[in-house]
Amino acid sequence: MSRKFIYNTILAGVMIWGLAACTKDLDRTPITEATTASVYTNFSNYKSILAKLYAGLATTGQTGPTGTPDISGIDEGTSNYIRAYFQMQELPTDEVVMGWNDGTIQNFHRMNWTADDNFITAMFARLFYQISQCNEFIRQTSDAKLSSNGISGNDAETARTFRAEARFLRALSYYHAMDMFGNVPFSTDTNEVSYYYPNQITRAQLFTYIESELKALESLLPDAGANEYGRADKACVWLLLSRLYLNAQVYTGTDRYTDAITYSTKVINSGYALASSYANMFKADNNVTSKSEFLLASNFDGTRTQTYGGTTYLVCASIGGTMKPADHGVSSAWAGLRTTSALVKLFPDETGGKDNRAMFYTSGQNLEINDLTVFTDGYAVTKWSNKTSADGAGSSTTFVDTDFPLLRLPEAYLNYAEAVLRGGTGGNAGDALTFVNKVRERAYGNTSGNITSGQLTLQFILDERGREFYWEGYRRTDLIRYGYFTGSSYVWPWKGGVAAGVAVGDYRTLYPIPATELVANPNLKQNTGY
Amino acid sequence: MKRTHFTRLALLLCFILLTAGVYAQSGSISGTVTDDVNSPAPGTILFLKGSSKNAVADSVGHYIIHGISAGSYVLVVRMAGFEAQEKAITVGSENVVLNIQLKTDTKGLSEVVVIGYGTQKKSDLTGSVALVSTKDFNKGPASSPEQLITGKVPGVLITSNGGAPGSGSTIRVRGGASLNATNDPLVVIDGVPVENGNVSGSSNALAMVNPNDIESFSVLKDASATAIYGSRASNGVLIITTKKGRAGDKLKLAFSTNNAVSKVTSFSPVLSAAEFTDVVKAHGTDAQIAMLGTDNTDWQKQIYQSALSTDNNLSISGSWKKLPYRVSIGNLYQDGILKTSNLKRTSGAVNLSPSLFDDHLKINLNLKGAVADNRFADPGAINAAVAFDPTKPVYSGNDNFGGYYEWMQNDALFALATRNPLGMLKLKNDASTVKRSIGNLQFDYKFHFLPDLHANMNLGYDYSKGTGNTNIPAYAALSYYNGKGGSYHHYEQEKQDKLFDFYLNYTKSLKAIKSSINATAGYSYQDFITTTPAFATLDGAGDTTTAAGNYSKSQHTLVSFFGRLNYTFNEKYMLTATLRRDGTSRFAKHWGNFPSVALAWRIKDENFLKNSKVLSDLKLRLGYGVTGQEDIGQDYAAVSRYTYGDAASSYELGDTYYKTLRAAGYDQNIKWEQTATYNIAMDYGFLNNRINGSVDFYYKKTSDLLATVTAPAGTNLTNTLFTNVGSLENRGVEFIVNATPIMTKDFTWNAGFNITYNHNKILSLSKVKSDTAVGFATGGISGGTGNTIQINSTGYAINSFYVYKQIYDKNGKPIEGLYEDRNGDGAITAADKYRYKSPNPTLYLSFNSNFNYKQWTLGFSLRSNIGNYIYNNQASNFGNYKSFQNAAFLANMSSSVLKTNFANPQYWSDYYVENGSFVRMDYLNLAYDFGRIWHQKLGVRVNANVQNVFVITKYSGQDPEVFSGIDDKFYPRPRVYSLGVNLDF
Repeated sequence: MSRKFIYNTILAGVMIWGLAACTKDLDRTPITEATTASVYTNFSNYKSILAKLYAGLATTGQTGPTGTPDISGIDEGTSNYIRAYFQMQELPTDEVVMGWNDGTIQNFHRMNWTADDNFITAMFARLFYQISQCNEFIRQTSDAKLSSNGISGNDAETARTFRAEARFLRALSYYHAMDMFGNVPFSTDTNEVSYYYPNQITRAQLFTYIESELKALESLLPDAGANEYGRADKACVWLLLSRLYLNAQVYTGTDRYTDAITYSTKVINSGYALASSYANMFKADNNVTSKSEFLLASNFDGTRTQTYGGTTYLVCASIGGTMKPADHGVSSAWAGLRTTSALVKLFPDETGGKDNRAMFYTSGQNLEINDLTVFTDGYAVTKWSNKTSADGAGSSTTFVDTDFPLLRLPEAYLNYAEAVLRGGTGGNAGDALTFVNKVRERAYGNTSGNITSGQLTLQFILDERGREFYWEGYRRTDLIRYGYFTGSSYVWPWKGGVAAGVAVGDYRTLYPIPATELVANPNLKQNTGY
Repeated sequence: MKRTHFTRLALLLCFILLTAGVYAQSGSISGTVTDDVNSPAPGTILFLKGSSKNAVADSVGHYIIHGISAGSYVLVVRMAGFEAQEKAITVGSENVVLNIQLKTDTKGLSEVVVIGYGTQKKSDLTGSVALVSTKDFNKGPASSPEQLITGKVPGVLITSNGGAPGSGSTIRVRGGASLNATNDPLVVIDGVPVENGNVSGSSNALAMVNPNDIESFSVLKDASATAIYGSRASNGVLIITTKKGRAGDKLKLAFSTNNAVSKVTSFSPVLSAAEFTDVVKAHGTDAQIAMLGTDNTDWQKQIYQSALSTDNNLSISGSWKKLPYRVSIGNLYQDGILKTSNLKRTSGAVNLSPSLFDDHLKINLNLKGAVADNRFADPGAINAAVAFDPTKPVYSGNDNFGGYYEWMQNDALFALATRNPLGMLKLKNDASTVKRSIGNLQFDYKFHFLPDLHANMNLGYDYSKGTGNTNIPAYAALSYYNGKGGSYHHYEQEKQDKLFDFYLNYTKSLKAIKSSINATAGYSYQDFITTTPAFATLDGAGDTTTAAGNYSKSQHTLVSFFGRLNYTFNEKYMLTATLRRDGTSRFAKHWGNFPSVALAWRIKDENFLKNSKVLSDLKLRLGYGVTGQEDIGQDYAAVSRYTYGDAASSYELGDTYYKTLRAAGYDQNIKWEQTATYNIAMDYGFLNNRINGSVDFYYKKTSDLLATVTAPAGTNLTNTLFTNVGSLENRGVEFIVNATPIMTKDFTWNAGFNITYNHNKILSLSKVKSDTAVGFATGGISGGTGNTIQINSTGYAINSFYVYKQIYDKNGKPIEGLYEDRNGDGAITAADKYRYKSPNPTLYLSFNSNFNYKQWTLGFSLRSNIGNYIYNNQASNFGNYKSFQNAAFLANMSSSVLKTNFANPQYWSDYYVENGSFVRMDYLNLAYDFGRIWHQKLGVRVNANVQNVFVITKYSGQDPEVFSGIDDKFYPRPRVYSLGVNLDF
């Protein structure tokens, strides 16, 4: 009996072994995640993927506010698209100074960044992360893929619109890449996800690619105003084209002011209208108050779209000194961002009594900056807020509800005026003046701030863009177009790292390709000067 | 509690005095002592057990003990290098002659060492395997197993992660073979390889095994020893074997209690209230001077306490009929020196090891379980205590914020200001309960028809579950917002690990060809599942502030085939060859092969050395093997997948918020990291192994190194890809010597010394060869957001510091912001940073001694790391005037500011990278063994112990032993005074 027991035991053991030996168990697939193969067969997933593409500018990962970051190598909050974009576009200008000592953050305003700069690297990574995500969606929603995944009829039509929107978002990020980095690695939906070395495209070639994409999208996207809030329509394409053409001289060496007028005009006639209050456009409920003006915004929410970047960063980092966070709808003050006297002096008075776009906090703050890292040096800016238009609180005191407008109507007005002044055809000076005064009437609350045709100069438009768009990510591009960003024709406090401001090398109109990227991709050549 | 111990002690002493000297004297014993080759053995010590009668053998080996009263005795014979003997003898009124032949003590050589899937005699080992068993364990209280062997094994660096109750250690065997994959060794507990990493709510997975239940550790170091564990073996293997009952033993009851008080040894150097006042008056504005208070608060004294702990263990072992058993229960209560931190752990273990059918079937059942309740103290309080204004009181005198003084602004909490450190501790309740059970059932069957063949089956599991809550009430300043605040978060995690092993073992001695073989072949299946439910975070009013994330579940499976052949020729030449074929679900190409081969030559047994008196052991070992690394921290890295976003990362389109779906980055070609190890070693013994040890030279090279590197932009769905890239090497020397310098009847001195040299270097870190590659930043610091201080670059040690070279004035004072312009471009940019030292010690050594005098034992252990550098983050972060020059509140500074006078933080100055070399006395232990009293029924041993007795170092911060090399918020290691009693019934 004993032996029988033993043999039975062994037999049982061998049987278990036989069962367990099933090496099929090695083919494990995700349990609580979807796979590429499965996710596209269910149409209800498509909008969630599209939402991720739009969220690519707002969130930093799949866990709000942090936890499963999209990109690594940088603090997750800092990796936010809008935050990185704001820093690249605003910190090196007369509009913003930064008080922190995070890594090389001081190098932006001092304009002595290098190719090793982690913030520049993060921006680059974020741009191409967004482009890759768009490529993947575009790749997976070709007509062939849709049909092989069993998506047909209305679903297929909707999917095609989603695909066009993804192409717009990709064009937007390639535009940002072209504007900031110039010559970048180029990949589209025709490249599969794998390890390879993309070729470098020149800035001019990229201009042509973006132009052709946007033109193709003119017919594919919903009509102006026909899409949901937060999603792209034809007007978005037109305004981006208008911006592209206005800056074409910088990007390609050939001006395209006439095209800029054409596309500005399309936007102006698209049905979008100025919101009634300037200040409300930067408050917690701007998705309600300013819908008519926002062609496209990056949407934030204090409870549902949480991030340490985006408008949470813009609100919290602008609070310091004797400011009370609760006055701005938040519970914490990060004490970082202020402005230089150059921006303050663009306004007729710093209290906003005349031009209500002047929103400065001056108590305990010095107008002039003695030390960049002292928050009380330089006026604080209260433009971004988490209070509602009715002075109520946002949905959270830690994270901000306020949406960040990416494209809003006044840009078309000011693009038009500038293109006319720069010699573009198809527009006229009278309309240009009208459009500029429209913007100013809202700022002044009446016509008291209106200008005459004699006052409408290129310098005036640049200053007006400063007043209208300060702290919204326009300034670096504008200063470059005017030839003011580098060189000595215009200096502002601490330009070039000197209190009075000094000239910096012209090569700084482009950011360097990150050094890590040059190592990763042997096809890339560094931008001149770095 | 303490008083009862003393009472017991006094009683025992009285008892011993009463039993002494009651015998009359008359007869004698004499004889000759010879050694194993019949030569006289002068110096041999002989004494009667339980009496003071003794003798020492003379130059011809003769001895005589006079004046022995009639009766039965036990004669104890001791001689260094030989086995101790006990002879029963009856003495009448005459001389009794007793000649004695000594037997060579093979000290350890016949010891059986647990290796992977089997055991081996120490003398037959070909690989680098260290055995540490109960008698060699570190003395004094241990709350986690690895503390028992800290400093005991050359090549094994164990660095505790701080002084928090139950905190774990970082264990590195021969440096780290990986860069971004894990560098932890594989831990095998009673044959069950356990999951690496902690379950949520646990700071140390190993601490769920009660150190008092552990019988021995085997540390497998080189590839010839570890390759049997294949893809998980690159960083060594730690095999833990727990205590068992023994067949035929009577019921044995053992009780031990250890009671300790822990004290903080030093504080981080900060300005006193008076110094602070002076600094503010000298460097501050009028407004800041006006903010100075009148109190004198030492915040560090406020957050630390003297903490009590008690560890009580009871075990019952023996054999019930033919069933050997051991049952134990342990209870640990430990307060931490940082206020509010606490650990309560109850553990139990059962072992049953019956042999059936004439020992043909051996069954071994192990069940271990533990429940730990943790309360974690917010380490942020450590930095807050450095930074809080010392001129302010602890309590405000009103009820706001729980009564703790906080910085106010316009009658509201000042958001930017430092929080009250004591309030941070007292008002945040971060507590968890962790349960873990590990068990296995092992059958070892010796075939009836072929006894040389064994079949072994092992079924095992490892289950752990952690649940916890992090609660901050709405009134606490930590999470305060006008009327709305507070934070309540619950979390859970469960890990399951199932194991099935089956192997056959065949041993045969082939006398005709002077050979013996020992062959093993087997199969292993192991499956791991981690389940993490998600919960929302609520505020004090019960409203959701962050919605629940996504439930996640992840699984991975390993299937393996393995074999080992040991071949011995003429008992002098040994060959071991192993092969493991591992399949893992983590990689798309599942299978990998991991071979090893090793040779050993017992030189001592050759004719020319056979008769050497001085040399007692000499063995040369050569080994080579390839091991792998599959623990990449994620289960589906090779799968193209989409990840759901949680509710707090959803996005508004139209008026609807959509949870997002993200295409995840992946590398379909990701595979094993492979480490090839070469080992050359010599084991030696002198004077009958009275002096013994070994020296090992090793070289480890990891190729297909798993590292996170930049993915070419636009190519993947991520910016950094975890992929196989580059290579890394570790080379080193290990030396160990154990000796018994003195051995007399009453006094024995045992000493051990070991030293390890290890050097690691990254050989390459990119797919494209590049001379301009800077490397990958790592080592986040406090101060700013996202700042790092270390880098991994080709040609340098892992985690080298990446800093500017500070320039000093003629008085040796660092000049603020002035650094060496290394590239000579006239500006100080990131390009001027250089790689300066690393946290890895180049040498680490340990010296321990035990002195036995009669029943007294005094032991100590000294341990030293040399060449480890440390970044003083507290000084760099708080050692500048900017610290207090905020707008409207004051903050204290590190005393470093008095030396540097820095106005602004200079995080990347190499001034803050300090030499962290140290010598630490890990413990000093004094024990008294009362022997067996009360009619031999009770064994009593008492001991007094001090842990962390002293540290000698030039480091200016609190403690130089920080594994990461970044001294920030480090929970200081306490000095622990303890008293213990062991009782054996």
